[in-house]
Amino acid sequence: MFDDRSPIYRQIAERIKADVLSGALEADEQVMSTNQYAAFYRINPATAAKAFQQLVDEKVLYKKRGIGMFVSTEAREMLRVQGRETFFGEVVDPMVAEAKAIGIPLTDVIRRIELLENGDI
Amino acid sequence: MRVDVTGLTVRYGDVTAVDDMSFSLESDKIYGLLGRNGSGKTSLMSVLAGYRKPSGGTVLVGGEPVFENRRATAGISLVRHVADAADKSDKISEALTYAAWWRDSWDARYADELLELFKLSRDEKIGALSLGQRSAFGVTIGLASRAPLTMLDESHLGMDTPTRYKFYDALLQDFMRNPRTFILSTHLIEELAALLEEVVIIDGGKLVLHEETDSLRSRGIEVTGVADDVDGFVAGLTVLSEKTLGRTKSAMVYGSLDDEQLAAARRAGLELGPIALQDLFVHLTEPVGETR
Repeated sequence: MFDDRSPIYRQIAERIKADVLSGALEADEQVMSTNQYAAFYRINPATAAKAFQQLVDEKVLYKKRGIGMFVSTEAREMLRVQGRETFFGEVVDPMVAEAKAIGIPLTDVIRRIELLENGDI
Repeated sequence: MRVDVTGLTVRYGDVTAVDDMSFSLESDKIYGLLGRNGSGKTSLMSVLAGYRKPSGGTVLVGGEPVFENRRATAGISLVRHVADAADKSDKISEALTYAAWWRDSWDARYADELLELFKLSRDEKIGALSLGQRSAFGVTIGLASRAPLTMLDESHLGMDTPTRYKFYDALLQDFMRNPRTFILSTHLIEELAALLEEVVIIDGGKLVLHEETDSLRSRGIEVTGVADDVDGFVAGLTVLSEKTLGRTKSAMVYGSLDDEQLAAARRAGLELGPIALQDLFVHLTEPVGETR
């Protein structure tokens, strides 16, 4: 289920962040427990707990003692801001490099973006 | 159950199976004990279970010496692969009764659940079980013992893949319901890796390392790029292995890289990738000079 390479807790944390960004997990919604995550992904519960701890440290989740973990109110906006900071470096630049390598003119890439923007494709 | 091994040595005549080994395990974690055949895993676990007297050093389980100590061994369960300790003419039901005598923590109802999970009949004779069924029987004994220190020595090796997954799920579920210390030895490292909180790697009777699984995993880095660039980059680093394909070279490096090294790799156009735990294990336990 995991690519068994990058630490599993980081992969779980990324997945929860993706769910927060997409809206699959809403603000103040409770996330599954460490044990539920562990059983679902067939991983050690300490690993799942580590992912949750990382998300608490990053203020994506907050803890209600004795109840569980919840998505913080500002999590989505925070992740959107962070995503915007890295978007060009991590998404656009490699795309432009790939387009150049295989010989797609950037004007074609721009046209495609405009079509998507106008809802034509 | 906490385990403290200090200067442990196990000798059989002239052969030293465990050589001055020291490590400590905390309560309520799942540990992987990894080593090649003949590395001393089984000798080590036999001593931890109190089956064998150490030739030197000490082994404390829950703070107590285990050899000939009924109070300590009542809290320890060791299942060797394919449950070879059971009498072949016994029925499963009889073998379970004996297992229950041994320890107060035995859960008969859970044993029945596991028999059902693994589709084993109580009336079956141990000697008539297939390899896979014997493995399932061994695992049943190990899990239902609910022993504060439970050791499974390759006990799931004979299971087919769907049965192994059932075992992993049962182990995890029961560990979460009833936390205890597990030591699992296996050759199927990648399959089990996600279940292990920490790993202990031994080789030639000596401790190679004891580390959190996740941090060990992040210690291995595969560096790939043009051969000369790779050579320049890995000079001075611990290289576990290298291979070349035309002008491309790939080197497995052990240790973490600092920001400066990461930046240097990026400038040189080198690709950095992680290494699977199993590959790290292979290289960390490889006799010197075997590969190069």
